Amino acid sequence: MSDRQGVSVDLNNLTRVYGSMRALDGFTLQIEPGEMVALLGPSGCGKTTALRILAGLDEPTSGSVSVAGKDLTSVPANKRDMGMVFQAYSLFPHMTVRDNVAFGLKLRGVDTAKRRARADAMLELVGLAVHADKYAHQLSGGQQQRVALARALAIEPSVLLLDEPLSALDAKVRVQLRDEIRRVQLEVGTTTLFVTHDQEEALAVADRVGVMSQGKLEQLAPPAVLYAEPATPFVAEFVGLNNKIPAAVVNGQAEVFGVRVPALAGSVEGAGTAMVRPETVTLTADEHGTATVASVAFLGPISRVHVTQPDGSIVTAQLASSTARAFAVGDRVRLGVEGAALLVV
Amino acid sequence: MTATRGSVRNALPLVPFFVFLVIFLIIPTLTVINGSVSTNGTYNLDKIRALGDSAALGALGKSVLLSAVTAVIGAVLGAVLSWLIVSSAPTSVFRRVVTSICSVLAQFGGVALAFAFIATIGYSGVLTNWFRTSSGIDLYGTGWLYSVTGLMLVYTYFQIPLMVIVFLPALEGLRVQWREAAVSLGATSRQYWTQVAGPLLAPAFLGATLLLFANSFAAYATAAALVSQGNPILPLMIRTAMTSEVVLGQAGFAYALAFEMIIVVAIIMVGYGLLVRRTSRWLR
Repeated sequence: MSDRQGVSVDLNNLTRVYGSMRALDGFTLQIEPGEMVALLGPSGCGKTTALRILAGLDEPTSGSVSVAGKDLTSVPANKRDMGMVFQAYSLFPHMTVRDNVAFGLKLRGVDTAKRRARADAMLELVGLAVHADKYAHQLSGGQQQRVALARALAIEPSVLLLDEPLSALDAKVRVQLRDEIRRVQLEVGTTTLFVTHDQEEALAVADRVGVMSQGKLEQLAPPAVLYAEPATPFVAEFVGLNNKIPAAVVNGQAEVFGVRVPALAGSVEGAGTAMVRPETVTLTADEHGTATVASVAFLGPISRVHVTQPDGSIVTAQLASSTARAFAVGDRVRLGVEGAALLVV
Repeated sequence: MTATRGSVRNALPLVPFFVFLVIFLIIPTLTVINGSVSTNGTYNLDKIRALGDSAALGALGKSVLLSAVTAVIGAVLGAVLSWLIVSSAPTSVFRRVVTSICSVLAQFGGVALAFAFIATIGYSGVLTNWFRTSSGIDLYGTGWLYSVTGLMLVYTYFQIPLMVIVFLPALEGLRVQWREAAVSLGATSRQYWTQVAGPLLAPAFLGATLLLFANSFAAYATAAALVSQGNPILPLMIRTAMTSEVVLGQAGFAYALAFEMIIVVAIIMVGYGLLVRRTSRWLR
């Protein structure tokens, strides 16, 4: 679609203070040209503030913003050449879909025929060409967000900013549009920052995911690495499900359920709590086992088996449903752990 | 059957409203229409033709002028005040005080308002006396306060707050995302106002202006309290036609004048309704 190459983005040591609250606290992020980075975190962690500072819609208290090596910290938002998709309701209601998409081109003085052609091409890209003459209120929420994406991309922005663009949509549409956003982003090759509080969304679409907490970047890594090798307890807890199991680390080896597995960098030495993913927990039927199956939740291809330990604590194991079928409530089982290295804190 | 019974039950609370509407709107309107085209049971257009007299046309012209001027001034100043309110913090004292004052002043017409102006800038008004003694300026002049010009000033007093009440929701309906989307697409502040906010607010602004026009056109008590000589505007002409002891039998002409007013206000309100319908879809 575009022969334009992505550009690099550098958010350097950003701090943003609102009264007594530090929304960003020394936040640093580098995005590679053409890369899609998702910022993930709970409400109030500063992810939207970071995106708005990059967009020029907010000013940092300190720190700098560079795009393609050029310092944009003091450049106003309308001169930053960035396309932005908001959470919802950002289409201009008095314009048709086509006019919405062509709006940025009109501001740039592109002649009518060219901007119409470009708008139609963008609408084709997001699969809404047939709705070009409709108004926003005649479209569904998902269609409106597609139009917003087409509008943001029509100006061929150097950076695409997505501010929780799926959060107002229902579950099925979210998944469809999420995949579509990724497809379009790969097609146009625009460097993209995607802010979301939904970990599944972030892990599914981004090249790298940055997990934020209290204005800081806790970890920035590819989704698989982030999931398998969380750098901090916050990341381990925030991304995916975890069991907190008492463990002991000796010489870089953690002992959990009597099984020794490698401890991840950042783990404590000695006694601690291991963060164990449910899918790494194993169950073995054993009438002399000390744990008891408390419940089995069927989730389609997988099932979650909740097991009660002698001390009353609950451990969740995620198994293939075909395997989980062998367990029933009240069965005695033996717990184990396999595969991945663990973070012990 | 059940659905019909349910609909009837749901409509029951509205019965008093419809009774009120019939007694105080439908019947008077029909009476006015009937009275303007009949004399002692005979139907004719004599009184409607009389609306073409120079005096009646003059009153219509001045009513329209008065309404148009106060509507435009009220709309512009009210819109500016609304913008200042919207720009302030939602919980600010300014916002709460001004909106409360506007709610009161929008209904502050009639004798009390006329007296307030007479007491301030009338012949012996506080301000008139102060200017007279301190600088020799005669604020009273030739008695302009008691003419159409004076009515323009006095009417503006309640038109501005009415504009604030009517226009404020439209301004509050402007979403931050629209401004930010426009800016991120490269719009300057001027471009945002001319290409996004302006077109979005235009129907609401025009609709509110029409409402102000109708409000001014139908106002009577303030003008009656202020103007005792002549019949410069339609409501005062109706009063004279109904109460004149000099020329009897003018009540029928009063009906015709009232009918004329109903037509003007109806046209204005239809326009207002269409504009509000359009903007409410955008700014909800």
